[in-house]
Amino acid sequence: MTTNERTLTKRDFTSDREVRWCPGCGDYAILATVQSLLAEVGAVPEKTVFISGIGCSSRFPYYMDTYGFHSIHGRAPTLATGLAITRPDLDIWIVTGDGDGLSIGGNHLMHTLRRNVNVNILLFNNEIYGLTKGQYSPTSPLGSTHKSTPMGSLDRPINPVSLALGVEATFVGRSIDTDRKHLTEVLKGAYEHRGSSFVEIYQNCNIFNDGAFAALKDPDKKDLNQIRLQAGEPITFGPDGERAVVAESDGSMSIVPTEEAGDRVVVHDPARDEPTTAFALSRLALNPTGPTPIGIFRDVDRPVYDDQLRAQVDAAKQQRGEGELTALLDSGNVWDVL
Amino acid sequence: MSDTSTAQRERIQLSNAVVRFAGDSGDGMQLTGDRFTTQTALAGNDLATLPDFPAEIRAPAGTLAGVSSFQLHFSDQDIHTPGDAPDVLVAMNPAALHKHLSALKPGGIVIVNTDAFTERNLQKAGYEESPLEDNTLTDYQLHEVPITELTLRALEGHIERGELNKKEAERCKNMLALGLVSWMYHRPIDETEGWLEDKFAAKPAIADANVTALRAGWNYGDTTEAFAFTYEVKAAKLAPGRYRNITGNQAMAYGLVAASVRSALPLFYGSYPITPASDILHELAKLKHFGVATYQAEDEIAAMGSVIGAAFGGSLAVTASSGPGIALKTEAMGLATITELPMLVIDVQRGGPSTGLPTKTEQSDLFQVLYGRNGEAPIPVLAAASPADCFHISLEAARIALTYRTPVVVLSDGYLANSAEPWMLPDIDELPDLTTAFSFTTEPNRADGSFVPFLRDEDTLARPWALPGTPGLEHRLGGIEKEEETGHISYDPANHHAMTEMRYARLERIGAQLPPLEVEDPDGDAEVLVIGWGSTLGPIQAACHQLRQRGRKVARVHLRHLAPLHPDLEEVLGRYRTVVCPENNMGQLAMLLRARTLVDVKSYDRVTGQPFAATELAAVIERYGWGEQA
Repeated sequence: MTTNERTLTKRDFTSDREVRWCPGCGDYAILATVQSLLAEVGAVPEKTVFISGIGCSSRFPYYMDTYGFHSIHGRAPTLATGLAITRPDLDIWIVTGDGDGLSIGGNHLMHTLRRNVNVNILLFNNEIYGLTKGQYSPTSPLGSTHKSTPMGSLDRPINPVSLALGVEATFVGRSIDTDRKHLTEVLKGAYEHRGSSFVEIYQNCNIFNDGAFAALKDPDKKDLNQIRLQAGEPITFGPDGERAVVAESDGSMSIVPTEEAGDRVVVHDPARDEPTTAFALSRLALNPTGPTPIGIFRDVDRPVYDDQLRAQVDAAKQQRGEGELTALLDSGNVWDVL
Repeated sequence: MSDTSTAQRERIQLSNAVVRFAGDSGDGMQLTGDRFTTQTALAGNDLATLPDFPAEIRAPAGTLAGVSSFQLHFSDQDIHTPGDAPDVLVAMNPAALHKHLSALKPGGIVIVNTDAFTERNLQKAGYEESPLEDNTLTDYQLHEVPITELTLRALEGHIERGELNKKEAERCKNMLALGLVSWMYHRPIDETEGWLEDKFAAKPAIADANVTALRAGWNYGDTTEAFAFTYEVKAAKLAPGRYRNITGNQAMAYGLVAASVRSALPLFYGSYPITPASDILHELAKLKHFGVATYQAEDEIAAMGSVIGAAFGGSLAVTASSGPGIALKTEAMGLATITELPMLVIDVQRGGPSTGLPTKTEQSDLFQVLYGRNGEAPIPVLAAASPADCFHISLEAARIALTYRTPVVVLSDGYLANSAEPWMLPDIDELPDLTTAFSFTTEPNRADGSFVPFLRDEDTLARPWALPGTPGLEHRLGGIEKEEETGHISYDPANHHAMTEMRYARLERIGAQLPPLEVEDPDGDAEVLVIGWGSTLGPIQAACHQLRQRGRKVARVHLRHLAPLHPDLEEVLGRYRTVVCPENNMGQLAMLLRARTLVDVKSYDRVTGQPFAATELAAVIERYGWGEQA
């Protein structure tokens, strides 16, 4: 997290490139929110780097007036890790999608999160492959019929938040492209968190998968389905908080009418070190078609990989003194020929 | 230990000797060979080694698959190879004998551990009858030594005192063998004694047992009458200076650190473990006090990606792998090419395809690193020619990468990686100054005060290296084709052609400043030229030496730069009636040379996982150069 003495506006984070997403794409809203957020929190443009993979969302860096790297499919976390290790002074953001981050790049996502590299990962989940024109993705619901699955998809979808919690990511959040206020709040938390931050953003692809998140976005449905997580608050939702999330004896969670919940209502605590409760919360909705938690699931402090790696380098210098090349070569068994 | 007591034996003076230790993977043959090498280096000989071990960590004991060996060639002369055929074979079990006997010189010395010649072990080694009892070994000088028994006897006291059990005692038998061979060749063992005491400092009983076994081996040679002769190879007349032994992987690691020091850039090394490249990671991980950041990535692709990220951030960024890993890195190497960032990719080649022969040497990745990327993606390729050259090639690769802002591939191989040779320590101040190769861009580069990331240096065609964190130079890189100068995404047909030509032109610029090829032609009137690259240098040098002794006029040139090739290459090849190119692949450089120069290069190819023998190459060159009957 860098801080800025200058007063900047959204324009200072907006590049001169024409944005080329499809009209109506959810990416526009996310871009605008991120640009405003960086100005608001006082981020420094030259200290900010956006790294992406391949896919619609991965064009993101071109539209930011910061440093940026549009890399190859699935590999953004790998570049980000090399940069984070060598450049502690930078704010590094990874922009990825459900195909880029969970399919071809799933391995890197998992390892980056478990190491707790100091990066912010934004996963734009539209439950579809957009750039390749409409094949099902790792988050598409089971049985999705798309170009490559005319008789329905056969593989069970990944719940990105469950995945991140499963590898003990230290910051895990979820928000919605067009809910500017909520998205800003979650991204702010990610920005302020040291270590890996993972934010799943439900993003509408109006061309190939329009309305995938209608349950959480339509004015007549969202109040029924958005479970807004607030630290320290009992988890209730719906008009007048009429429904509540309760813990079951087997460790899972379920939804009951608040009046029946009694003291079983779960009080949200993202700082809980043990990820099991947050994981159980994430299992309330396998796909966002009904009541679905959004907000910050987890936010804990743990040692950061790149900090520790640099600390080892510093400790080696302390213990052995700065390396001296002549001494290195002239070590072990040497002999003189006269 | 003094060797005065051997005075009564006849001491035979030799110019050189080749000794091979062979045993089960668990017998400690690599360690034995390493110790004998160090003792030999300290005795002042020139030397070359050939470790050879199975890919399995512990193949079934006693089987042919589990045999591990270490060959050392030492001399009072300048030598280039680990020797074609051993003079002495130490075989710790029947499998080792079976596998290595055919390599031994006619009349050579065989020392066998008779205790291991049990019926079961003979069976596992594929012997129907004991070779000690039939006529298998009649043409050799056989020494039957109960090495295990002698070891146990020497350590009786240790076992009685409960300091170690029988199994642990038996494990010291390699030291007994080392002691015996050390006695045979008048190699002092006090250095090894000190080394054992250091290595087992935490377990003094084990240290003492090993030292005891080592001395027992020496004493066995000295007191039994089985050995009528001892051998002496006097110190070689090496150029004056301070020397150390170095393997290729160690030299590569030190070379990378040297490149970091000489460029004043922090070294970032991201890699994924793979044989035979992992030792570079191990070496560098020990050198954190040089500011080296080592990162063991989750896979080969991640390692390559991390290197691109670190290069973007301003580090001297390096990864290493072997053929299968390089295949995985391929796409990211293309990204490094199109984004024009400096970094090194080291390929320590092994036998392929696929998993191939993980612990055996081969030169078959040349085409992979030259051409194995999608699109037109030219990358400079260098090749180390000897273990010590791995040090210098690292610096040369860093120079090219930093000067021209490009990834550079460095080829090594399993033979160079693990083999050792004496190396005269360089004067650090004489190493190339890499700080002049680059500077970070900190100011806008256009008259209107703007910055564009692809405006090039006219001489080198290098683009600016502007690091994140530099105010006002914010820019975006990526894998999509860029517009010249601005670096904006461009699908313009003419622009793509121009950018592709530029990427090739940069290679030409690199080639244009290379010094002329150094051709070794002692008399200046050779008609036959031998051309090679990489680890074949030693065998080619030795073969040419043999041929010249026979009066053949043969010249030799060795390529360290494979892309770009030296501009004078065509002219050099054109000077000779016959050009021969031996390679441990199926003729990759030969094909390249024929394509580039239209010279009818004769190719000699062998991929057995072993380096060429000097006599083998001498015969090949003779045949191509002067016909069968010459």
